[in-house]
Amino acid sequence: MTHSRLDTRLGLTITLAVTAFLIGPVLLSVTAGLTKNYFVGLSSGLTLDWVVQVWDLYADTIWRSYGVALATLVITAVIGVPAAWVLTLFPGRLSRLLEELLTLPVAVPGLATALALIVSWGSVGWLRSSVLFIVIGHVLFTLPFMVRAVRAGMQGADLVVLDEAAATLGASRRRRFFDIIVPAARSGIVTGALTVVTLSIGEFNLTWLLHTPLTKTLPVGLADSYASMRLEVASAYTLVFLLMLLPLMVGLQSFAARTTRSGSISLGAST
Amino acid sequence: MGRRAWLIIAIPAITLFVAFWLLPMAKLAGLGAATPQGMDVSAYWLVLTQPRYWQSLANTVGLSLAATLATLAIALPVSRFLARHPAFPGRRVLMSLLIFPLAFPGVVVGFLVILATGRQGVLNTLAKALSGEPMVLAYGMAGLFIGYLYFLLPRTIGVLMAAVEGIDRHWLEAAQTLGASPWRRFVDIELPALTSALTAAGAMCFATAMGAFGTVFTLGTKIDVLPITIYDEFTNYANIPVAAALSVVLGLATWAALYIANTLANRSASAR
Repeated sequence: MTHSRLDTRLGLTITLAVTAFLIGPVLLSVTAGLTKNYFVGLSSGLTLDWVVQVWDLYADTIWRSYGVALATLVITAVIGVPAAWVLTLFPGRLSRLLEELLTLPVAVPGLATALALIVSWGSVGWLRSSVLFIVIGHVLFTLPFMVRAVRAGMQGADLVVLDEAAATLGASRRRRFFDIIVPAARSGIVTGALTVVTLSIGEFNLTWLLHTPLTKTLPVGLADSYASMRLEVASAYTLVFLLMLLPLMVGLQSFAARTTRSGSISLGAST
Repeated sequence: MGRRAWLIIAIPAITLFVAFWLLPMAKLAGLGAATPQGMDVSAYWLVLTQPRYWQSLANTVGLSLAATLATLAIALPVSRFLARHPAFPGRRVLMSLLIFPLAFPGVVVGFLVILATGRQGVLNTLAKALSGEPMVLAYGMAGLFIGYLYFLLPRTIGVLMAAVEGIDRHWLEAAQTLGASPWRRFVDIELPALTSALTAAGAMCFATAMGAFGTVFTLGTKIDVLPITIYDEFTNYANIPVAAALSVVLGLATWAALYIANTLANRSASAR
C-alpha cells in the first residue's frame, strides 16, 4: 500500500522531534559532566575531574546500589520463578487474582507502599536501620516484573505436558523443577533478571523514604547532588548512572527482540 | 493430586507479599480513619472536605490529564510512522533512543528538565539570545508537564506501535481502492481500530503521572501536587493520619486507572 507523502513527512518530522526531545537533555547532561565550566561552555575545555570528584564523594552509594540490586535479584528469582510456575500450572481465575495482587505494589505509587512499610515495620529498629529494609521495598516493586517475564518464557514450551511425562517416569518434583522447568524458562528468567536489576538500580520513590543516612543508594545520592552540588558534579554523577544503565538496556533490548514479536520491553522505572 | 503438590512453592512469594505489603497497607488504611491531633473528625473526612487537599488533588488530576492527552497526541504519529516503515534506515537506532529513557527514574527526569528549561538551561539561553527575555519553565507546573511528557512518551510509543501493527492492512487498502482520502482512512478506519489501545495507554499514562514523585521532588517541593502533599504531611508535619488517608486515596485512584488500562489492553489483544 502507498502512504501519502504528507503523512510520511509529518510522521518523520514528529518522530525526529520526539527523539531530540528525549535525547537532547541526555546529551546536555553528558556534556555538562565533562566540561570544565559549563557556564563558560565547551570552550573552557573537557575534563574528567568532575567524574573523579563524584567517585570520591559517592562511590559508596554506587556499590550499595549494586549490592541492593543483586540481593533484590536473588530474592525475586528464588521466590518469583516458583510462583511463575504455579501460575502457569493453574491458569484459572484464582491465578489471575494472585497475579493481580502481586502487581499491586507497581500499580500503587511507591510513596504509599513506603509509608505502609514504615508504619508497620519502622518500629523494628534493626530492620529500619538496615539496608534490608530497602531491599524489601525493591523486592515488592520488582517481583511482578520477574513473575511476568518468567511466565512469558514458560508459556512458549509445552512445559505442563513435559512435566507430567517426567513425573510418570518417576522423576522427583525437585529434579523436574531444576532439570526441566528452570532450563525451559531460561530466556524469561534472564529478561526478568535484567529488568529487576535495571529497576532496582534506579528506584527512588520507595528508597527516599526507606533510607537512612547510612544506607544511601545511588538515586538518593543523585537527589542529594541535584539539590546541593554544582551542575557539573550533578551531571557527572548522572553520567555515571547512565553508564551503569546502558549495558542493562542493551541486554534487555536484544533479549526482548528474541522473545517477543514486537520486541517491546515491559519496564517502567519509578517516576 | 500431582499438580496440587506444587502449590507449596508459591508460599514464599505470597508470604512476603502479605507480610510486607497487604497487612502494612491495611494498617495504613486504618490509620487514615484516625483523628489527627487538634481535630475532631477522621483524616479521611478532612482530606475530602478541606479545600487545601482538594486543590492539591485537582492540580494533580488536571496536570495528569493534560500530560496524558498531550502524550497520546504526540505518540500516535510517531507510533504510526515507526509501525508503517519497517525498512526505514536507522529505525533500530531510533527505536533504541526512544526506549532508553524508560529506565530513567523520576529524579533524573527532573534534572534533565532543569538542564533543558531551567535557569541555566538551553531554552533560557536561546530565549535571551533571540528576544532578550529570559524563559524559565522548570520549577513550576510547566516544568512538571514537560517532565511528565518525558517519561510518558517512551512508555506509550511501544504500546501504540503494537496496536498500529495489529490493524488489518486489507481494510486500509480496500478503502484506498474505493477512493478514500488518507485523512478519511485515518478517521474512519484507523482511529476506531485504535480506540481501545489509546484508552488503555491513556489510563496507564494517567496512573503513572498521578503517582509521580521523583520528578517533582527534583523540580521543587513548592509545586502543589498530591505526592508532594503526602510527603510534606508525613515528613514536615508528622501528620501520619492525613498522609495515610491521602496515600490511600491516591493509591485507589491509580489502581483503578491501571485496572481499566489492563482490562482494555487484554480485550484489544484478544480481539486481534
